[in-house]
Amino acid sequence: MKRTVSLSVNGATRTAEVEPRALLAHVLRDDLDLTGTHIGCDTSQCGACTVLIDGRAVKSCTMLAVQAEGCQITTIEGLATNGNLHPLQQAFWEKHGLQCGFCTPGMIMTAVDLLAQNSNPSEGEIRHAIEGNYCRCTGYQNIVAAIQAAAATLRGATPARAAS
Amino acid sequence: MIPQTFDYVRARNVGDALKALAAKDGTKVIAGGHSLIPLLKFRLAQPARLVDIGHLDELRGVTEVRRGAKIGAATTYRDLLESKLLAERYPIIAEVTSGIGDLQVRNKGTIGGGLAHADPAADMPAVMLALDAQLVLRSKRGKRTVAAREFFQGAFSTAMAEDELLIAIALPPLPRGAGTAYVSFEQAASGYALAGAAAVVKRSRSTVAHCTLAMTGISDRPYLVRAAEQLVGTQGLPDAIEHVAAQAAAGVEVNGDIHAPADYRRHLAVVAARRALQKAFVRSKK
Ligand SMILES: Cc1cc2nc3c(=O)[nH]c(=O)nc-3n(C[C@H](O)[C@H](O)[C@H](O)COP(=O)(O)OP(=O)(O)OC[C@H]3O[C@@H](n4cnc5c(N)ncnc54)[C@H](O)[C@@H]3O)c2cc1C
Ligand code: FES
Ligand code: FES
Repeated sequence: MKRTVSLSVNGATRTAEVEPRALLAHVLRDDLDLTGTHIGCDTSQCGACTVLIDGRAVKSCTMLAVQAEGCQITTIEGLATNGNLHPLQQAFWEKHGLQCGFCTPGMIMTAVDLLAQNSNPSEGEIRHAIEGNYCRCTGYQNIVAAIQAAAATLRGATPARAAS
Repeated sequence: MIPQTFDYVRARNVGDALKALAAKDGTKVIAGGHSLIPLLKFRLAQPARLVDIGHLDELRGVTEVRRGAKIGAATTYRDLLESKLLAERYPIIAEVTSGIGDLQVRNKGTIGGGLAHADPAADMPAVMLALDAQLVLRSKRGKRTVAAREFFQGAFSTAMAEDELLIAIALPPLPRGAGTAYVSFEQAASGYALAGAAAVVKRSRSTVAHCTLAMTGISDRPYLVRAAEQLVGTQGLPDAIEHVAAQAAAGVEVNGDIHAPADYRRHLAVVAARRALQKAFVRSKK
């Protein structure tokens, strides 16, 4: 049976009429029109659907919308402030950390969680952190470079020279 | 998409959850949902109702209990990795946890959910056996403690009754100076263990004084390798370790599937056991 769920998404309270079986990924896309969150596999593998739940990266295809009530949800649409891209978005652009871009929103949301825990991750730590995000285009090289560059920006350092 | 409908309630406290389970009306617990939701998508679980315990602070966190530790059942893998107490007293917990799933899975998956699910290829059960963890279960009928060594009864099958909730995992102190290690061969796509070995070794000067070895991924449930006792009294030299490791899957009905035929899995068991024993031995204090 449908019920009203009240979700806090990107700082605003949004409501939707959904069944308990509705996955958060679907509710974000279909009910709240936040289509930046992608659905690649629907089987908890690819990470395209990653959003932040109370600051932690979570695969939204593996969470019920009702489970997210009372949590702070952040999607890719919530990262830019006043029209300025988040340093990770900027770095993915500058380092060309994408090709088709399908994996990019999930990749960036995972990286937000990583950089909140570790402001200066090594290449190995970055690759371990994005293990649950599949990219079928880039070969990951520029994704790693983009995350390193964003980490430098967030630390207030001069961005490292392009590795590629 | 989940094809089948169900009802959902969020427990306000443990008592609430126990009441929902006592109804025995097809209610199932959901913690992180990272085993259950995939099952629901494939109709492999068809509960009438879910009771959510994922938000209950009383089930989360790691606390010091004398020289041991107690872990709330709904503690996420992420919280285990961030626990200083566990890092200090049971470094094997971080060693196994960092290899479970990926960052997102560890943010949501809980230790209790993983143990209750009892996937025969899950990593944590072997470590729980090696550490002799005690699982605290509660229902409206009362509270009881079951040793991890008695808890797993087959693939996806445990000693828990339908109305019981796993509340906490109590870890007894490790023998002083003991070294620990978890080694696994992962299935390349899923990360689950094709073969995983958890070892605890204590030395007293140059002689092995205590040795425990537990395996996962090999059979329908995790198990202790009795032959581990044969390392006690030896110098822990490669020959002695090899002798024990060679028995890692002795007398066990070994799984064979598309990921690994039984004879290959048996071979991996021996190699994982050898490496875990060697690491634990080297890490133990002389
Ligand atoms: C992509 C992916 C990769 C993974 N890789 C690995 C891996 O490499 N190694 C590994 O070991 N595991 C792996 N897992 C499994 C993961 O460890 C489990 O999903 C997780 O631990 C289960 O915890 P949960 O809180 O999500 O449980 P849930 O999905 O909420 O519940 C699982 C089961 O346990 C029951 N349950 C939950 N909590 C309790 C409780 N307190 N008392 C009684 N019953 C309870 C539920 O009713 C359900 O039957 C992976 C999972 C995913 C999705
Ligand atoms: S769509 Fe969620 S992990 Fe692939
Ligand atoms: S850019 Fe195409 S999947 Fe990553």
